[in-house]
Amino acid sequence: MWKRDEAVKPTSQPTPAAPVASSVQPVAPVAQQAEPRRIERDLVNIGKSVVIKGELSGSEDLTIEGQVEGKIELKDHLLTIGPNGRIKAQVFAKTVIVLGEVNGNVSASEKVEIRDGGSVDGDIISPRVAIAEGAHFRGSVDMQKKAATASTTASSSVKPAPAPTVAQAAQPAAH
Amino acid sequence: MAFSDLFSRRRKDEPDLDTGAAKAPVHSTKVLAKFIAGLTGRSSPVLLDLGSVTGSNVTFFGERLGCKIIVEDLSKDIDKAVKEKTLADLPAHFTRRFSQEDTSVDGVLCWDLFDYLDKHAAAALARQIVRIVKPEGVVLAFFNTLEPKEPNPAVYTKHVVVDSAHLQYRPYPAARGKQRPFQNRDIQRMFEPLRITEQFLLKSQQREMLFRKLGGTTAAAADV
Repeated sequence: MWKRDEAVKPTSQPTPAAPVASSVQPVAPVAQQAEPRRIERDLVNIGKSVVIKGELSGSEDLTIEGQVEGKIELKDHLLTIGPNGRIKAQVFAKTVIVLGEVNGNVSASEKVEIRDGGSVDGDIISPRVAIAEGAHFRGSVDMQKKAATASTTASSSVKPAPAPTVAQAAQPAAH
Repeated sequence: MAFSDLFSRRRKDEPDLDTGAAKAPVHSTKVLAKFIAGLTGRSSPVLLDLGSVTGSNVTFFGERLGCKIIVEDLSKDIDKAVKEKTLADLPAHFTRRFSQEDTSVDGVLCWDLFDYLDKHAAAALARQIVRIVKPEGVVLAFFNTLEPKEPNPAVYTKHVVVDSAHLQYRPYPAARGKQRPFQNRDIQRMFEPLRITEQFLLKSQQREMLFRKLGGTTAAAADV
């Protein structure tokens, strides 16, 4: 018992003191470095009360919680349909994550994910498709290698030059 | 080292299944490999799955066969008919249900759906399957051989492909239980002119069947 108390005291005292003191200093610069990255990866949100009818295109990741009818095109970016999102549109993106409702065909050059509670009524074209337990899906899934390679080559060929023009066109739509 | 080794070994031994479904039993299947073999080598095959939507199955068949998969969950149609008391209209419903053109589908996954249908509805569904399957196309179906016991549990089975030789059976609630089993000759007549090319009776008393629509080459060989 006596030995145990002795053993506990010295180890418990210095260990918190030393690492805390040393860890405080490096934390600040790490946080400073992380900030610009966060700004770069800022996500655009379409809120619950927003209703868009028409064509929506952009060159940054987008989360939709509102309603969109028409067409959504985010060729090289991630599109997330939030739990409150209601989409009646043809969707084209690099990756599409569905937590809300989609009525229409979904085409992705990389991946389509329908998460638990998500719903898709329409055809999916994507090289990778993940449908979670509890998700609703009615339609067809096309994972043909032809479609995958065609879409990836198309996106890679588009990348260098036309990306800025897409971004310019997208800015008014996103805001 | 010892602890990490133990945990890593344990993880490897566990089946790679979704959380919450790990307890569902895994059964061997003989006919699935034959079904896949029947579709392998076809360019851009079209697969029709009449069971409930299973993400891992979509991935499995999509990656394995590079096919287009159409999911038409007929268990929902049966549930709706039971709830609305329109089971007598199911044959007519199945006649209108499928938008697919004649001879447009390479493979059909029926799973054990026929166990939940009476004779007329099953015959109507089989006629539609025969209509839409391409020559040389294949149809996979399971049939129960046991009379339903009382109480007849109202559960469907989600057949999750583990690999080409194993299926995980995940039960989920249904509006009605399994109906009386079909005789072999009834099944054969329902699917005519499709041929039963493979048939296995499993220990679970379930018949696994593979049907094939004879095309030009196989029809000629069969005539000889």
